[in-house]
Amino acid sequence: MSRSLIQASGLSVHFPIGSGLFVKQLLKAVDNVSIEIEKGSFFGLVGESGSGKTTLGRALLKAVPISEGTAHYDDGEVAYDLEGLDGAELKDYRTRAQLIFQDPYAALSPRMTVRDIIAEPLEVMGLTKGRAETDERVREIAARCRLNLEHLRRFPHAFSGGQRQRISIARALVSGPKFVVADESVAALDVSIQADVLNLLKQLQDELGLTFMFISHDLSVVAHTCDHVAVMYLGRLIETAPTRKLFEAPRHPYTKALFSAIPSLDPDDDKTAQKLAGEIPSPTDQPPGCKFQTRCPHAIDICKSQEPALETEGGHDVACHRWKELMSLVAA
Amino acid sequence: MTPLIEVENLTLQFRTDEGLITAVEDVSFTLMKGEVMGLVGESGSGKSVTAKSLMHLNARNAIYSSESRITLHTDTGPVDVLSLRTPRELNVVRGGAISMIFQEPMASFAPAITIGKQMVEQLLLHSDMSKSTAKSVSIEMLDRVGISDAARRFDQYAFELSGGMRQRAMIAMALSTNPSLLIADEPTTALDVTIQAQVIDLMKDLVSEFGMGIIFITHDLGVVAQTADRVNVMYLGRLVEEGPVREVIRNPRHPYTQGLIAALPKLEDLDAPLTPVPGDIPSPLERPAGCVFNTRCSQVVGEECMALVPMNCRLDETHSVACHIYREAAE
Repeated sequence: MSRSLIQASGLSVHFPIGSGLFVKQLLKAVDNVSIEIEKGSFFGLVGESGSGKTTLGRALLKAVPISEGTAHYDDGEVAYDLEGLDGAELKDYRTRAQLIFQDPYAALSPRMTVRDIIAEPLEVMGLTKGRAETDERVREIAARCRLNLEHLRRFPHAFSGGQRQRISIARALVSGPKFVVADESVAALDVSIQADVLNLLKQLQDELGLTFMFISHDLSVVAHTCDHVAVMYLGRLIETAPTRKLFEAPRHPYTKALFSAIPSLDPDDDKTAQKLAGEIPSPTDQPPGCKFQTRCPHAIDICKSQEPALETEGGHDVACHRWKELMSLVAA
Repeated sequence: MTPLIEVENLTLQFRTDEGLITAVEDVSFTLMKGEVMGLVGESGSGKSVTAKSLMHLNARNAIYSSESRITLHTDTGPVDVLSLRTPRELNVVRGGAISMIFQEPMASFAPAITIGKQMVEQLLLHSDMSKSTAKSVSIEMLDRVGISDAARRFDQYAFELSGGMRQRAMIAMALSTNPSLLIADEPTTALDVTIQAQVIDLMKDLVSEFGMGIIFITHDLGVVAQTADRVNVMYLGRLVEEGPVREVIRNPRHPYTQGLIAALPKLEDLDAPLTPVPGDIPSPLERPAGCVFNTRCSQVVGEECMALVPMNCRLDETHSVACHIYREAAE
């Protein structure tokens, strides 16, 4: 049995843009990404808007087609090659891989009761025999997500943001998935509620043996929940490491800049040293060489012509021509 | 320091199909000239409604209580904001002495009118500039907020600008009328962190350059720590704590403020468990009696929390808190 649940290699998702007979351009939303997600881990995927983190998550769920590369899924019971998956196998994969959405206000139908919302995946996938079994599964997962029986009869409008997110989580987990992609699942929640939902996700991961891919733009949330983090920029994976290593000694200049951009709670902490100028380039108009060179304060000639490959050292991968040199500068 | 705007006993209800909803209750504060005040709270805390009241900008179903008073001090004397009625009178506060920046810059610009035209329009409305002066002032302002190639951007539409650029253009537009008060409602929430850092730096520079008062509405305590001089914390329509930013963040006194800070994931200590504030924010239709925070408070002292609305207790000259725990200290 392999240790990894998901193993992607050279994965790309390209969207054709332009209409008519001749497709003029490809939008490379995810480009040549290789990642490995260990069973039972909480894998964080970080990046700004336009970095391709959501698209990568969806590609692994087979919600968008994989253009190039391979992605292998192995949960110990079944193993699938995601790039060519279809038919009955794809249907089975849908029960094993699920998504929790960002906005609990938009994700729940206002015309369905909470019970019907949570039961829908079971009915659509035909996973239960009859209403009694469905009800039992719904009640069980609802209890795990701290919703009570009284809640099941009501409609979503009666619930607060935190409760709605717990309903979304229950719906995602009712089919008994092994792999769950949580896409910005706490971003729409208030701070006082956010911690509660994060704790619940961790607890469910423990109890149900789930593997999470946690997509977020919020580094402090990722730092507290994930055991492994990958940073994306303009469709590329630029750095990946166990959380502690990444947060204690980030190697990529972009990761460092992301950290220093988080507004500190200390009013006297004036972190101006690492502020980034400019914005993320358009994915249809990507710069040559390293994708970060247009904003990187350390870019030199080689960065402008040659794209850095992912280098591994001590279980910590980084794609930067100058990371070693820059790390030694900091140490000196 | 002289006061810029004074809010006294502001109580605001909305008439809805489900009954009267209290959005803001008995809120009083004063903003001095050149001061940056953070207005912090979660969704439903009434922070945006409070800010909109300053421009008399709430929807038609809003009812202000008779004790509510908002006084804006202008060069030509004090203005009683809530007594303004006609559009002409309201012009003084809307875009004249007070400008507002909204959260979603895409939704704040008209999509089919160029950025430039929108900037010129408000300058013509609020000043006696000629069209060509207004244009050059606008381009100058765009340049000032860090938009490169400002003359070209002037003729573009909002959709042609990136999120960060749009928010910069929004700031340029808000500042071009030279307001004495700027209200910024979650101006960086829709932006990526690296862009947020740029916009925060820009706003700090502009404060020192233009010297206007700012009310910065946000749910992000980190953003407040980096921008504000003073903080007002709101919960369910009430002001629960008020004080200098350092005091409130380092030494929070209200159980809600304490909970809010404890719930923040901190990068300095990855091992610290995340401690949520228990429970959910009650619906505004079911406001608790007594202290509004009593349904989630872990430090309830007794019956008075359930029955009596806590008075505002002054802890020292600048720091005050509305909580029964501190009642004795105040007496």
